[in-house]
Amino acid sequence: MPTRRLTGSRIREKRLDQGLRQAAVAEAVGISPSYLNLIEHNRRRIAGKLLGDLARVLGVDAALLTAGADNDLLDQMRDAAALLGDVAEVARVEELAARYPGWSRLIAVQARRLEILEGRVQSLTDRMAHDPQLAASLHDVISSVTAIRSTASILVGQEPLDADWQRRFHENIHKDSLRLAASSEALIAYLDAPGPDNDRPTTPLEEVETYLAKTGFHIAALETADPDRAAVVAQADLSGAAARHLLDAICTLYVRDAYALPLADFDLACRDLGYDPVALAQRFGAGFGSVLRRLSFLPPGAGHPPMGLAVCDASGTLRYLKSVPGFTMPRAGGACPLWPIFGAFSRPAQPLRAEVALPGPVQTRFLCYAIAEPHQGPSFDSAPVLQSTMLVLPDPAEGALPPTQVGMSCRICARQDCAARREPAMIGVMAMRD
Amino acid sequence: MGNRVLLIEDEPNIIEAISFILSRDGLTVHTHEDGQTAMAKVLALPPDLIILDVMLPGRSGFDILRDLRVNDVTKAIPVMMLTARGQAKDRELALRLGASHFMTKPFSNAEVRDNVRNLMGA
Repeated sequence: MPTRRLTGSRIREKRLDQGLRQAAVAEAVGISPSYLNLIEHNRRRIAGKLLGDLARVLGVDAALLTAGADNDLLDQMRDAAALLGDVAEVARVEELAARYPGWSRLIAVQARRLEILEGRVQSLTDRMAHDPQLAASLHDVISSVTAIRSTASILVGQEPLDADWQRRFHENIHKDSLRLAASSEALIAYLDAPGPDNDRPTTPLEEVETYLAKTGFHIAALETADPDRAAVVAQADLSGAAARHLLDAICTLYVRDAYALPLADFDLACRDLGYDPVALAQRFGAGFGSVLRRLSFLPPGAGHPPMGLAVCDASGTLRYLKSVPGFTMPRAGGACPLWPIFGAFSRPAQPLRAEVALPGPVQTRFLCYAIAEPHQGPSFDSAPVLQSTMLVLPDPAEGALPPTQVGMSCRICARQDCAARREPAMIGVMAMRD
Repeated sequence: MGNRVLLIEDEPNIIEAISFILSRDGLTVHTHEDGQTAMAKVLALPPDLIILDVMLPGRSGFDILRDLRVNDVTKAIPVMMLTARGQAKDRELALRLGASHFMTKPFSNAEVRDNVRNLMGA
């Protein structure tokens, strides 16, 4: 069987390691030095008896000479080279991998590391640019600094200042310094840099969300006539039974929704009806919850608007999340109890439509549709098990009514006087401490 | 030109400091803290200069500026924008919407005074 091209490089490496001359080795195996030279530079394939003879002369097992760098490593090295355009001699990658396997692995590992770091930088940049809570917290810090600077300048200025004004400005500086200390502390806690391990999903929900994000929140394998749910769950490579159970539950709903709302027809209808869930439910005779879920699972890159989704059980525990920019749903801890998804439980089977606004100096608005429906089929002698579903659409047209003021979760919500607050806010703290 | 300045800003201590330094310069400073009702305040008392914060409760300073520039009563009033966000895109947006000047927090008192004087033609 012919060997890989890089076998020649390995032969050359072993010969040089042992200080043997090319001519001597060639003579020992009965070939010309120029032919051996071609072999060593991977210009002639080598196999069979000649390979065995060379291995014997070099004192190594023939298998060692033919065991080249694996294709994954070569691919990773080619990817690494592609990062910098035409700088590297890509055509000689096999030779490099054969002669310097350790350095080659280092190149591949570093390229992968670079890719991860770039992804992390991008994610932090997105967070800085779009996180409304972070923007509110930074605004708080800068406002305090501005007030302190301006007030202090007045106090140290050359112009005379009467005692009442002096006392007043001293008090202002004191209050602002306390506020600054609290805001800075909260900001540092919020920005606490994650270590490499913190990037790994830590809860079943987070793990499932990470998997779904990789699919673009669209599972093509479940769109077929004979979807294999078990295969999808198995191939998701989830770490625990809880995550697999969660994904299986999502896939079950997915399959049911896909059957009721076939993708090709649904895609066309979405564009035709302006993504109006009520109109879509009427056209297909499907449940409102199915339409909401189906909208959020439309294929990425097909020109559909971004749509987020949350699904929770009757205890309020979130079972599935798909965030949209500006509406990053909490994966740990409870969400804001004012979200329409929770309000839907008070009116089962009634579709809700509500415009909501997140806190912040500049309000961010979203349009939410929600419904609470029985999760399973009807049965006698047992209460229905309800599940609530909420679709989230960014930047709605301004409605006739003012939006409902909601938050993301209490810990990062700046609304002080919220009747629904269940724990103190970590950022945007306005209360003063002595 | 008159000497009435309307400061639309929601941070009480910034309001107090700016009001103090401009009043000391002989200007009459009116203040307003809410974005939603800011336009009504401007129309009720058209000032000679508006100092407008971008991040206001109820409505953003950019939205207010947009309205100011299409209203016959207010379109010629110089507007100096204040913002805690110093990003280039905010500055560009403010100037594109018709802001006369753009200042990033934290600013110095001298900067405020100089710009107000320039915009009021003093």
